[in-house]
Amino acid sequence: MVQPPALREGNQAMVNEIIRCERVWQEISNYIEEDVEPVLRAAMDEHFKTCKKCVSVLEGTRNVIRLYSDERMIEVPAGFGRRLERRLAQSGKGPSVVWSTLAAWLVPAAALLLIGGGIRVANSLSVPRPILSEHANPGKNIPPDMLVVVSADAKDFHVPGCPFIHNKDKERTLTAKEAMQEGYVPCVRCMRKYLETADAGHISLEQEARSDFDADDEAPSGSR
Amino acid sequence: MAEANVFVNNPGLAEAAREQDLIAGVQRGQNELFYELVRPYERRVYAAALAILRNESDAEDVAQEAMLKALANIRQFRAEARFSTWLIQITVNEALMRRRRERTAIMEGIDDRREEEGEYAPRDFADWREIPSEALERKEVRQRLAEALATLDRKYREVFVLRDMEQLNIQETAEALGISVASVKTRLLRARLMLRDLLAAGWEQGWFSRLPFEKGTKPW
Repeated sequence: MVQPPALREGNQAMVNEIIRCERVWQEISNYIEEDVEPVLRAAMDEHFKTCKKCVSVLEGTRNVIRLYSDERMIEVPAGFGRRLERRLAQSGKGPSVVWSTLAAWLVPAAALLLIGGGIRVANSLSVPRPILSEHANPGKNIPPDMLVVVSADAKDFHVPGCPFIHNKDKERTLTAKEAMQEGYVPCVRCMRKYLETADAGHISLEQEARSDFDADDEAPSGSR
Repeated sequence: MAEANVFVNNPGLAEAAREQDLIAGVQRGQNELFYELVRPYERRVYAAALAILRNESDAEDVAQEAMLKALANIRQFRAEARFSTWLIQITVNEALMRRRRERTAIMEGIDDRREEEGEYAPRDFADWREIPSEALERKEVRQRLAEALATLDRKYREVFVLRDMEQLNIQETAEALGISVASVKTRLLRARLMLRDLLAAGWEQGWFSRLPFEKGTKPW
């Protein structure tokens, strides 16, 4: 802060006056804004009547405000308006009613899809696919390398040759472990019978499956 | 007919009504009306961006970005605010974000960390005469004034531009810059007094030498 000459010179009478002036200077901006208490405003008005310095400060400050508030003080680069107009036209952004309405629905819908997709991916990476059959059976004791048959449109895996294989045109062979990893469950007909007896003897799967079906005397289509 | 007469007698009302119509039109999706709506504020938007960024190219880019943002969000505009104020506030936000992103304020930040130290005392008490507004017709004068403004610390310049050039009120200026009303008042006082002294110095250097002042007097 610049020290006024009177302070440097130690003139007490002037110091007193300067203190009053300093108060005026500190309030000069608020005075112009008409943002001072009426008592202070009246005191400042009185001060201005006798103090040329403060009048100079007041009028100089008003001059500054008046000059800078003139629109001519703001110059924009040549072509500014044209470039702005072009950018607005090219942007394609805008609050069209149709877009806004669609966006209001599409954004949350997309978010839900993303969340759902994320959960699905996460599950596929960390958890085995859920068992799809109503006869949910984890297939205990099934030899993992046992060859079984599945078909594209069914939920069960079967001993090869099982008459309950649906859509045999699309059947494929894989191991029991792979079948279970893909979400297939053991056929309640052929696989259960085999598993119940596998430890007791070495009966072929095909035989076992057939005997089971004959004993049940049950129409295959009716059981499914 | 009576309404037409009101507008004839008060062009400001007619302009305000036209602006309301344009806003309503753009809010309904007539985006082609937007440029007509913002054209009167081009200069002010640009000046607000320039005051914060101090770079003409960045200021123009930010001004355009602010206009696009205003268009995209115009349905959120409520009639209780002035459209110009809303537009300037968007511009200030955009400019402040740009500055933060590009960290161009590192050097200025050194000055800006200084708090207002003590009170600012004017340095020149010469007898004052009003500078006629015709002075601004001269490019040299406008340039000198712009240079004086550019020498202010950022915090003073921003407040001065928003209040005295953009005509935001004190409260709006505080909100736009995210500072208190008291800070706005303090900074505004210092900005005005500093500019006054700078222009007085400019007088000594002959900035206004061809202006019609009385012999032997200074403009303040």
